[in-house]
Amino acid sequence: MGESVATTKKLQIALYWGAGCGGCDVAVLDTNEFILDVAALADIRLWPIAVDAKYRDLEAMDDGELDLALFNGAVRNSENEHIARLLRQKSKLLVAFGSCAHLGGIPGLANLATKEEIYDRAYLHNPSIEPGNTTVPLTQTSVNGYRLELPRFHRRVYKLDDVVDVDYYLPGCPPASDQVKAVLVVIASGQLPPKGSVVGAGDRALCDDCTRTKTEKKVKEFKRPWQIMADPDLCLLEQGILCAGPATRSGCGVRCPTSAIPCRGCYGPLPGVVDQGAKLLSAVASIIDSKDPDEIDTILAGLPDFTGYAYRFGLPASLLQRSVRP
Amino acid sequence: MNAEVATAVETPVVGGDGRGAPAAEKQAALRVSGSSATFQPRIVGFLCNWCSYAGADLAGTSRTPYAATVRVIRVMCSARIDPTFVLKALAEGADGVLICGCHPGDCHYSEGNYKTMRRYPLLKRMLADFGIEEERVRLEWVSASEGQHFADVVDDMTRRIRALGPSKVKIALATDRAER
Repeated sequence: MGESVATTKKLQIALYWGAGCGGCDVAVLDTNEFILDVAALADIRLWPIAVDAKYRDLEAMDDGELDLALFNGAVRNSENEHIARLLRQKSKLLVAFGSCAHLGGIPGLANLATKEEIYDRAYLHNPSIEPGNTTVPLTQTSVNGYRLELPRFHRRVYKLDDVVDVDYYLPGCPPASDQVKAVLVVIASGQLPPKGSVVGAGDRALCDDCTRTKTEKKVKEFKRPWQIMADPDLCLLEQGILCAGPATRSGCGVRCPTSAIPCRGCYGPLPGVVDQGAKLLSAVASIIDSKDPDEIDTILAGLPDFTGYAYRFGLPASLLQRSVRP
Repeated sequence: MNAEVATAVETPVVGGDGRGAPAAEKQAALRVSGSSATFQPRIVGFLCNWCSYAGADLAGTSRTPYAATVRVIRVMCSARIDPTFVLKALAEGADGVLICGCHPGDCHYSEGNYKTMRRYPLLKRMLADFGIEEERVRLEWVSASEGQHFADVVDDMTRRIRALGPSKVKIALATDRAER
C-alpha cells in the first residue's frame, strides 16, 4: 500500500470507530458496489473493521498525509480521544460520521449516570454477574512480568468536536447510505462545502418530508407504538405516539415514520436550534389537550423517560450536557 | 467580578421596572460567596409583558422591598419562554429561573399561558433527570395588580435557593472542560 501512495494521487482515507455500535461502518458497506469504486479511488489506510492497519501505522504518518478521515462513534475513553487527536493531526479533513460523533449518540445517554454508577452496574452489581464478583478492569495491570494497559474511562461521553476541530458533520444513526455515497462523491470531487457544514442532510424539519396527513394536533393520551394499531396515513403524533419529527432535521428519507415507527431524532436539531430536546419538549407539551394541571400531569405520565427520548442521540450536545449529580 | 459590580451599579436602588431593591440588599449582592449565609443567588426572571412584568413594576413603584436576586427579562407572553431559555440560563450559571405569566384565563393571547402550563411540568421532570433541584425553576401566575405577590415569590424563591447553595451546572461543565 505504501508504494501506491508514492506513485499515484489516490485519495488517502481512514475510517475509525470510537464509542459506537459499528452500524456506521455497516452504513459505509451498505453503499454496496460503490465501496469498490471507493477502493479504486482511494487508499484505505486505516479501517479497523475491514482493513488490517495498526495504530502505529497511523502514528508513523506525516501530518496531513491523509486526505479524509471519517470518525464514527463518540469519545468515551482515552483511546477514542487519542485516535481522534491523531486523525485530526494526520488528516486534511475530519468528518464526524453519524449521530455519536456528531452529537454524542446513544452512548451519550450515559451522561445521565455517573462514572461510578456505570462501573458498579457493569462490573459489580448486575443480574448477569456472579454474586461476589470482584474481577474488574484496571487501567494498568501486570501479567507474567508484562505491564498491560487499558484505556481510561472518561467522566462522561463527549461528541467529537468537544475534543478536536471537525470539518464536516454527517448525521444519522446510521447515516442513510445514499447520503454517505453522495457526500463521498462530493468530497472526492474536491468541491468542498463551507467548513462546519452539516452534510448529507436537509435543512427543514422531518415533518416537512413526512407524507402522513397533518391536521390540528390535540392529544388526550400518549401511547406507546405497540399499544395501538396506528393509522397508516395520519400523523403519528396526532395519534398520541411520541414522534421527534417536529424537532429533527430531515434528510433520512423519512424511513421510520414511513414504516409506522416514530422518529427518534437521530438526524439531530434543525439549523439554528441549540437544544433539540428543549424544542421537542416545547412542541410535544403544547399539543396536550387540557387546561387542568392535574389532568396535564396524568397525560404526561404517558411519556415515561421523556428525557431519554428527547436526547436519545444528542445528550452531550445539549445545553446541560450531563447530570450534575456528583 | 468586575462585571458583577458593573451590573449591580447600573441597577437602580428602587426601580420602577421590577429590578428595584433596597440599598442593603444591593450591597449584599456584591458579596457573592459560596456560604449559604451570605450567598446571594442569581435568578433569571422571565416575565410576561401584560401581567407579570406590570406586577413586578407595581412592586417597584410601590417601593415594596424584596431580595435583589432576580434579573428580569420581559417577554411578550409566558409561552414565548422556550424551554431552551431556561436551560441556557442554567448552563450559563443562573442559580434559579423564575417564569411568570398571566393567571389561567387571563392571557392576552387567549391560550399562551396554557402552553406554559403544559410545558412546565415536563421541563421539571427533565431537570430532575439532570440532577437539578426542584426549587431552582419555578412557575408563578402574577397579575398586574399583584406586586406584593411578586415580591413574596422572589423572597421565597431566594430563601429556598440560598438553602441549596450555588447551582452546580456551570461548575460541572467547567470540570469536564478540564478533563479533555
